[in-house]
Amino acid sequence: MSPLLEVENLRITFPSSGATSRPVDGVSFSLSKGELLAVVGESGCGKSLTALALLRLVPPPGQILPGSVIRLEGTDVLALGAAELRSIRGRRVGMIFQDPMTSLNPVFTVADQISESVRAHQQVSKRAARARALELLQEVGIPDPVERLDNYPHQLSGGMRQRVMIAIALASEPELLVADEPTTALDVTVQAQILELLDRLRAARGMAVLLITHDLGIVAGRADRVAVMYAGRLVEEATTAALFARPSHPYTKGLLASVPRITGTVTRLTPIAGTVPPPTAWPSGCRFHPRCPDALPRCATDDPPALPVGEQHRMRCWLAEAGQR
Amino acid sequence: MTGSLWRLLSRTIANPSGRIGLLILALLTAFVLVGPWLLPDPNAMPDLMAGARAPGAGHPFGTDQLNRDILSRVVSGGRISLTISALAVALAILLGALVGGVAGLYGGWVDGALMRIVDGALAIPRLFLLLLLVAVWEQMPLGALILVLGATGWFGTSRIVRGEVLRLREAEFVAAARSLGAGPGRIIFRHLLPNVAGPLLVAATLGVGNVILLEAGLSFLGVGVRPPTPSWGGMILDARPLLTTAPWASIFPGLAIVVTVLAVNLIGDALRGALDPRSA
Amino acid sequence: MSSPLVEVRGLVKYYKATGFLARKAPPVRAVDGVSFTVGKGETLGLVGESGCGKSTVGRTILRLQDATAGSVFFDGSDFLALDPAALRQARRKLQIIFQDPYSSLNPRMNVGNAIAEGIEIHRLAPRAEIPGRVAQLLEEVGLDPGYAARYPHEFSGGQRQRIGIARALAVEPEFIVCDEPVSALDVSVQAQVLNLLADLQARRGISYLFIAHDLAVVRQIAQRVAVMYLGRIVESGRTEEVLARPAHPYTKALLSAVPVPDPETKRLRIILPGDPPSPSNPPSGCAFHPRCPDPDKDERCTTERPVLRQIGGIEVACHHAKVNR
Repeated sequence: MSPLLEVENLRITFPSSGATSRPVDGVSFSLSKGELLAVVGESGCGKSLTALALLRLVPPPGQILPGSVIRLEGTDVLALGAAELRSIRGRRVGMIFQDPMTSLNPVFTVADQISESVRAHQQVSKRAARARALELLQEVGIPDPVERLDNYPHQLSGGMRQRVMIAIALASEPELLVADEPTTALDVTVQAQILELLDRLRAARGMAVLLITHDLGIVAGRADRVAVMYAGRLVEEATTAALFARPSHPYTKGLLASVPRITGTVTRLTPIAGTVPPPTAWPSGCRFHPRCPDALPRCATDDPPALPVGEQHRMRCWLAEAGQR
Repeated sequence: MTGSLWRLLSRTIANPSGRIGLLILALLTAFVLVGPWLLPDPNAMPDLMAGARAPGAGHPFGTDQLNRDILSRVVSGGRISLTISALAVALAILLGALVGGVAGLYGGWVDGALMRIVDGALAIPRLFLLLLLVAVWEQMPLGALILVLGATGWFGTSRIVRGEVLRLREAEFVAAARSLGAGPGRIIFRHLLPNVAGPLLVAATLGVGNVILLEAGLSFLGVGVRPPTPSWGGMILDARPLLTTAPWASIFPGLAIVVTVLAVNLIGDALRGALDPRSA
Repeated sequence: MSSPLVEVRGLVKYYKATGFLARKAPPVRAVDGVSFTVGKGETLGLVGESGCGKSTVGRTILRLQDATAGSVFFDGSDFLALDPAALRQARRKLQIIFQDPYSSLNPRMNVGNAIAEGIEIHRLAPRAEIPGRVAQLLEEVGLDPGYAARYPHEFSGGQRQRIGIARALAVEPEFIVCDEPVSALDVSVQAQVLNLLADLQARRGISYLFIAHDLAVVRQIAQRVAVMYLGRIVESGRTEEVLARPAHPYTKALLSAVPVPDPETKRLRIILPGDPPSPSNPPSGCAFHPRCPDPDKDERCTTERPVLRQIGGIEVACHHAKVNR
């Protein structure tokens, strides 16, 4: 089966008067129809920029460097003209963000904003668009959807705003939903509601989801595959089961050891030493080597490629080679 | 505090417009401080019968209708104009910081009352307010002029300070200082003021340009600095009848005003940039 | 445990509705009768979702906001009733660490001066000894003593949080309110700060009120926990007992919503309907009843407010709570 989305060697640069930074530097992954891929990483690892790049929404002065490839069912997204790009943005690919308040227009009602999205992709009357908006509100599980149609964003709670954002994204029946930290701004009980909604929609619509998150907890038991990002690169990629059963990259292991657990005995956490380097000063060799407890001498100079550690399980770490020998 | 001021200065100098502005202002200040010793007495009338003379040897800027040396009048007028604006702006900033600080810190009805007064004052153009005052008080001494200019110049500043204080008051570092047992004085002088200093400096530089123009305008209307004391605005007023026959008599003081205001605005612009942490 | 270090009794904080036409609006009941104790060297976790009043509790205890009613006994006297002079003296025993590592440090004050401020205010050391003290404190929180001359913007979020901790430690407090101190940090850094807080407690015998929304974090650091919902404590007890056998339906839901980075953990997922209600217009009876999934929910829940009662070592405010297994 050919993948829905293919990203190859994605590199993004931010030119500046001082040091030029490359917050995303050689990211490759693919996503099949109906699949949920989670991209996990800490702030500054480049995960959100990667998501924005898929629709060429990298904020200026950021640029996607030549040689990067983004293909949506064979279409080269980076070669599209403005009109063709619009036919992808918000149509074949929907997007939701962390902060639903700033993503919604405060002066239009819920019905206006969903209808606009409906009518942007379908030639229907205003009445029909409004009817469709109501259906979508029902689908995303908003209580009292008829009344909510005429609400303004400020009249909604954070969880309901995120549901409206999802309804807007769904209006065009996208094949791919990019969800950038969709629950980070929400309370835990509301987060649980939204995650359950995403699960349900994915199952019902067969829609692929790219979930960008910092929280390994919401990935487990939800994603089909996980890609862990560090310092502008994917450092480990595996099926969710394999990643949690055999986390292999020292960074992934470090992340898992840093998270306090709700079950089992309470033991002292094992944090990763140091801090994430800024994108203007990625370390040489393996970018994780200054913080890595298992670093070898060569890690400081030689940049490891993606090496296999199991079936559908790769990591950028020299330990993969050592393990095979 | 001194460290951050020093950083501010070096970042202002790093900006080309800040560099040029500071250089011009330094030169102007040096001229008006040293000039009077090197130049003839601005009120000396070398040859009363000669009339206004064009720029030439002995009088690089020419002379006015009373045959007084324009260069020395521009220099000593600059002394007056720059002093007035510096003091008036200092006063305005002080008042603005005080009123804005009180309004922001105390809030409630104090804030409401003070800000309504400011709203009212801002609704009246400053020149009208000044004309009214100087018209009532005809023989206004220089000190009073400074007071009046300062007392009418703080409204905008107080708004800026109030906004900043309102924002800072809620900042967690202020809460932390309170929980350490810091009293109101320490909170105002160590936590609030240093953070308001930046916007205040910018307001001050822009205020200087404003006051120089106002003083010139008032003197031009004949109600500012009294002759024979020279001031830039007063000189332009005096030179009005000679506009066609001796244009240099008004061009040079006018040029002095333009250059000063330009320099100060350049500095203000550079300061604004230097204060923005994102430009680091 | 003998007599507690801090005893909070009947704490109430109402915010008057402000604004021109808001005279008639009901007050916002941010904290509505909260009582608890914290023993010497103990950590009490105060957990709840946004708007439940947990942060207001922390700030009211420290008199950063005025309480509407209630008392806080510390060192034999009511901290809330101290006159200004006595208050300023007593303040050094009770300190606070904030969530936002950016707004919690004065951008115009270098790190050394920020840490020295409390020492100067309370004259805890002669002037000449202050730099040495500051260096010691920086070292104690795991920072280079040479950082004293630097300004906050030169540090990462985790480092800033350490600076905030050093500033609080400078006045040798006995009790620290930790107001979501790790929520704004990346997981790897979060673990570093949690470990630091635990070490400081072990070394200095400090007591913490640890305010958080994340039950897993609370479990890591707190011996006892109190769960807040809409201005009141709905359940409290030893952390292990409360989390192993939660008695209140809200605690159960909160616990089930915690994301667990382990796909093998199969848990009962309770998805609560709706959002937390507004504290300006709390529901009648039990504030949780509109969202309560408990099958035993009845008429009484909507009319009669449950009070905290002892059930098998746990205090619960629920009419239908029973000893679990």
